[in-house]
Amino acid sequence: MEGFVVSLVIFTAIFTLFGLGLNLQWGYTGLINFGHVAFMTIGAYTTVLLSLRGVPLWLAAIIGAVAASLLGLLIGFSTLRLREDYLAIVTIGVSEMLRLVAINEEEVTRGTFGLQGFPLPLEDLNPNGFVRLLMMALLTVVIGLAYWQGFRWLRQVWKQSPTSELLSSSRVALGYILSLVLAVVGVGFLSSQLKAGEVLPPWVLGALLLAACVGIVLLFVWLGDRATKRIAGWTTGLSIVIAMIAGLVGIWAFGYSLTALYHYNDNPSKNGLMLLSVLLVALVFLGLDRLVRSPWGRVIKAIREDEEVARALGKNVFAYKLQSLMLGGFLAGLAGALYSWQLTTVYPDNFRPLVTFNAWTIVVLGGAGSNLGTLLGASIFWAYDTITRFVLRDIVPLEDARLGAFRVMIIGLILMVLMIWRPQGMLGKKEELTLGR
Amino acid sequence: MVDRFAHQPTGSATEPANVAAPSTPPSLLEARGLCKSFGGVRAVNKVAIDVPVGQITGLIGPNGAGKTTLFNLLANSLRSDSGTVMFDGSPIQELPAHALARRGLVRTFQVARVLSRLSVLDNMLLATQRQTGETLWKVWLQPGKIASEERRERDRAWEILESVGLAAKAQDYAGALSGGQRKLLELARALMTHPKLILLDEPAAGVNPTLINQICDHIRTWNRDGMTFLIIEHNMDVIMSLCDHVWVMSEGSNLANGTPIEIQRNPRVLEAYLGD
Ligand SMILES: Nc1ncnc2c1ncn2[C@@H]1O[C@H](COP(=O)(O)OP(=O)(O)OP(=O)(O)O)[C@@H](O)[C@H]1O
Ligand SMILES: [Mg+2]
Repeated sequence: MEGFVVSLVIFTAIFTLFGLGLNLQWGYTGLINFGHVAFMTIGAYTTVLLSLRGVPLWLAAIIGAVAASLLGLLIGFSTLRLREDYLAIVTIGVSEMLRLVAINEEEVTRGTFGLQGFPLPLEDLNPNGFVRLLMMALLTVVIGLAYWQGFRWLRQVWKQSPTSELLSSSRVALGYILSLVLAVVGVGFLSSQLKAGEVLPPWVLGALLLAACVGIVLLFVWLGDRATKRIAGWTTGLSIVIAMIAGLVGIWAFGYSLTALYHYNDNPSKNGLMLLSVLLVALVFLGLDRLVRSPWGRVIKAIREDEEVARALGKNVFAYKLQSLMLGGFLAGLAGALYSWQLTTVYPDNFRPLVTFNAWTIVVLGGAGSNLGTLLGASIFWAYDTITRFVLRDIVPLEDARLGAFRVMIIGLILMVLMIWRPQGMLGKKEELTLGR
Repeated sequence: MVDRFAHQPTGSATEPANVAAPSTPPSLLEARGLCKSFGGVRAVNKVAIDVPVGQITGLIGPNGAGKTTLFNLLANSLRSDSGTVMFDGSPIQELPAHALARRGLVRTFQVARVLSRLSVLDNMLLATQRQTGETLWKVWLQPGKIASEERRERDRAWEILESVGLAAKAQDYAGALSGGQRKLLELARALMTHPKLILLDEPAAGVNPTLINQICDHIRTWNRDGMTFLIIEHNMDVIMSLCDHVWVMSEGSNLANGTPIEIQRNPRVLEAYLGD
């Protein structure tokens, strides 16, 4: 269980970092980057290839991230002077092109065989009890910081709307989520029993299962829609409840991570990577937080909205867009290095467009222009991924391929209702969407 | 605000003393032979204009005369096909648009363009030039300097917002302002850049008469403090009461220029306005 939680924490941290890059580019600057995985690819391959040639890991990772930001420079120079859709198209193209290059340049990347056996960070570390306690304290501080940020968000929401409204809407939201979970588990359990009992022919069972799924979806979308129209602040309540659940799951995961650090030597490379990636995310988070509140952040938000105005007020719009694209690329490149260490084998197939899609899901879900939202989005995304990967298999009698498709379908559905009920995402600011020119 | 203005009927030709000043001061902005075509349409055709330093210059003309296009050319929002623009003694027509604000030339837009999703105060602060905090790495390396600059600029922004009556709205999203308030914010924001010259595109359009008087008042005050203005306006009362000198455009070309009184009496101008 510890190992499982540790790897969950690592994935969440990596995709938070990855998503923070996209959030800077799209959420704050308005750059549409549909090929975010390209930066990750560059970061991962550069790091691994350099470290295989004996470059120290930390240096290899930094060079990888710098290489990723140089890719941003290249893309930016060719497209940022044009209309914004050109950036979107070029980034898709570049990310696919890089993957194809990785497949075909077998001399360097070993193509689809992938790269294995490269050095991992901290794998030879053998910390004594004191160092391990220090690590645990560090982790505690960082996690505490994250919860404090979450608490600040909650307090702000509380100030903005009347308490009674929030309480009642949260209650309804809690009931909604509980009944949704119950319905899914119930249907899954029932169908597993039916399948095990072999009382029905498979096609009847399949049809029934399909009907039940469609029924649940329709029922809950309908309920949610009614709630959106009738209950004030319902989506806020829903966000609060989901954030709370995520927070509880987070505490649970935190407990296991602490134990894992205590037994550091059971699995040094993974435990070390967990600490490393969590610390890196914290550092980046604080740095970005300062950045987006600074005058620099003000300029990119202005550009997101009306670059003509920014230009008339003396801002070099092109340079700012380039900086944002490059910094976002740098973060994605760093995430790529961590990703390669987590996977321990790097195949071109790790960098399919789906990874970009996942980053977008995370940012949109959490709320564009909210770094905390990206953190929450990544946590929810990976919690969802894990739950559906391991729990859904036990309760819904489908084979893996279909289950995989099913899981992606659900994400699509969630994004759809999110766009209808709460287009600003969970922690986004509503005003940032509704206020027109 | 009951102002000096209220005691003088608008549109009276008895106004500013400096109209009568015999010698014109040197030009702050000087454009010659500006041309711009959109496809076959010659929106601006060999236009010349002078804006003397320290004065308020007007630019009038019927709808579609090419005034806004001329502004776009002066502010480098559009590239001219030919012609030169001198600002403060050096040619600027080759400079990128963003370089002008730093040199002291700032423009407003005919349809007010505020940044709705930033607060009113942030709209103001954005306009500050040469901020340390606008350089990426300095955000982390010089937080103290940035904070003190921000404090200083914030005070200045409050001062200007107070003078245009928007101080109460400072923390609201700019998108929550009314049309007239947006005009005011745009004006105030332009002022934040410490400009030498402000190009105002129809500051009085869609603004109620009292507010127009207020805006005129402010423009006059700022002008007395040494700021130069070039104003496009359809409201003749505003032009006549504010301007030292007026340029008239029609169908993309210069039609006339002179003091407000001369322009008012010019038969060609009347003809252009009344049509056919
Ligand atoms: N981007 C453009 N593309 C094509 N034609 C344009 C463009 N901008 C302006 N024009 C044309 O140029 C001419 C001058 O337009 P301009 O906006 O400068 O007029 P204006 O004098 O500001 O008028 P108004 O008083 O109504 O604001 C018009 O005929 C207009 O249709
Ligand atoms: Mg116009």
